[in-house]
Amino acid sequence: MATAGRKLVIACGALAHEVAALRNSYRWLELDVHCLPPELHNRPERIAPAVRAAIAAHRDDYSEIFVAYADCGTSGALDAVLREAGVERIDGVHCYQFFAGVDAFAQLADSEPGSFFLTDFLVRHFDRLVFRGLGLDRHPELQSQYFGNYRRLVYLSQRVDADNAAAAEVIAGRLGLEYHFRHTGYGGLEHSLHRFVAREAQI
Amino acid sequence: MSVAEGEFDLRTLDDAELVEQVHDDLYNGMKPEVVLATHIFLERGWGPDKVLNDALVEGMRIVGVDFRDGILFVPEVLLAANAMKGGMEILRPLLAETGAEPIGKVVIGTVKGDIHDIGKNLVGMMLEGAGFEVIDIGINNPVEKYLDALELHKPDILGMSALLTTTMPYMKVVVDTLKQKNLREKYIVLVGGAPLNDEFGKAVGADAYCRDAAVAVETAKALIAAKRAAARAH
Repeated sequence: MATAGRKLVIACGALAHEVAALRNSYRWLELDVHCLPPELHNRPERIAPAVRAAIAAHRDDYSEIFVAYADCGTSGALDAVLREAGVERIDGVHCYQFFAGVDAFAQLADSEPGSFFLTDFLVRHFDRLVFRGLGLDRHPELQSQYFGNYRRLVYLSQRVDADNAAAAEVIAGRLGLEYHFRHTGYGGLEHSLHRFVAREAQI
Repeated sequence: MSVAEGEFDLRTLDDAELVEQVHDDLYNGMKPEVVLATHIFLERGWGPDKVLNDALVEGMRIVGVDFRDGILFVPEVLLAANAMKGGMEILRPLLAETGAEPIGKVVIGTVKGDIHDIGKNLVGMMLEGAGFEVIDIGINNPVEKYLDALELHKPDILGMSALLTTTMPYMKVVVDTLKQKNLREKYIVLVGGAPLNDEFGKAVGADAYCRDAAVAVETAKALIAAKRAAARAH
């Protein structure tokens, strides 16, 4: 049975820190967060089924649910699940875009199509999710096939963190890419959660 | 190539066993072994087309099926493709010497704004393996570059690839430009890329969306055959 007033955010595991930081910062104490594995970032075809299962598992326990994903490479499959369930998600195609903002992301991508984007999460977990995820620990000879067409690494930071920035710059060096830094804050994630929480207050 | 201690000699295998071994070696991304086996087949008097089809293409087909089913992942597919390239580099000049006509010509490239070419490269390699002449115009192609390539090479098929949801709409720009110039009917247009699907392919006005390299090959063959049959009927 739904607990009166409680709402759930089903979030990409790559946003766990960010959603938690926003919840603590704004004292959204009525908000619970359930994160799906961040490894889905590399397997977008598995996102929609995982979200469907999470909604089904938690539906009866909450008055409302919000999904903290963008389309994230699901080609509309996530939207089909959300339409069916009557649940909303973050506007946009992926986290790089909703953190940076639509226009700013388009400007970054248009000015250099060979831009490889990282967020706070991806900087922290680069070795596990990107380097090992792409098999580069076992097969470094594949690096040019993955990254040969990129020209620069763009670190879109959510928190100002000198250690993270230094780590991102090191990653850029490892990949042979020019380093570019842009602080975005929480962007569309923050706006979406604000709307979700405010909607609750109106009920 | 010498045989190191602990390894077995590919030359001791009969033809059927060697074909099976090449499939395994492709699956495991073992380029030197695939190259050696290709030489052995040729020494045994196999034609380059038979080596290509029975050993390399069939081996990559198996890799493609297991990638589609989530058993293999991108790194393994890239290693397999690199191994196949090793064999194809040996066979390519021999195939050219046979004078066999390609079964069709394809211009292929990623769309403007998109530099991701792993999928496009796999499709190009598999099309070449299937007997197509492939003109790869690379990455980040504006419509003008597609038009120039079509004019220059006069292919049967235009293949466009995109990995990003932000760049895939550009495929419609290319198709619409072809329509405006009354060129659309001259070419079969195939589109592919991770975020695409059948509906998107129809929406941009392509003849077909191809979900992977194997489907691209089968679709290219089928649509060329249909187009030629229709031309003969007229």
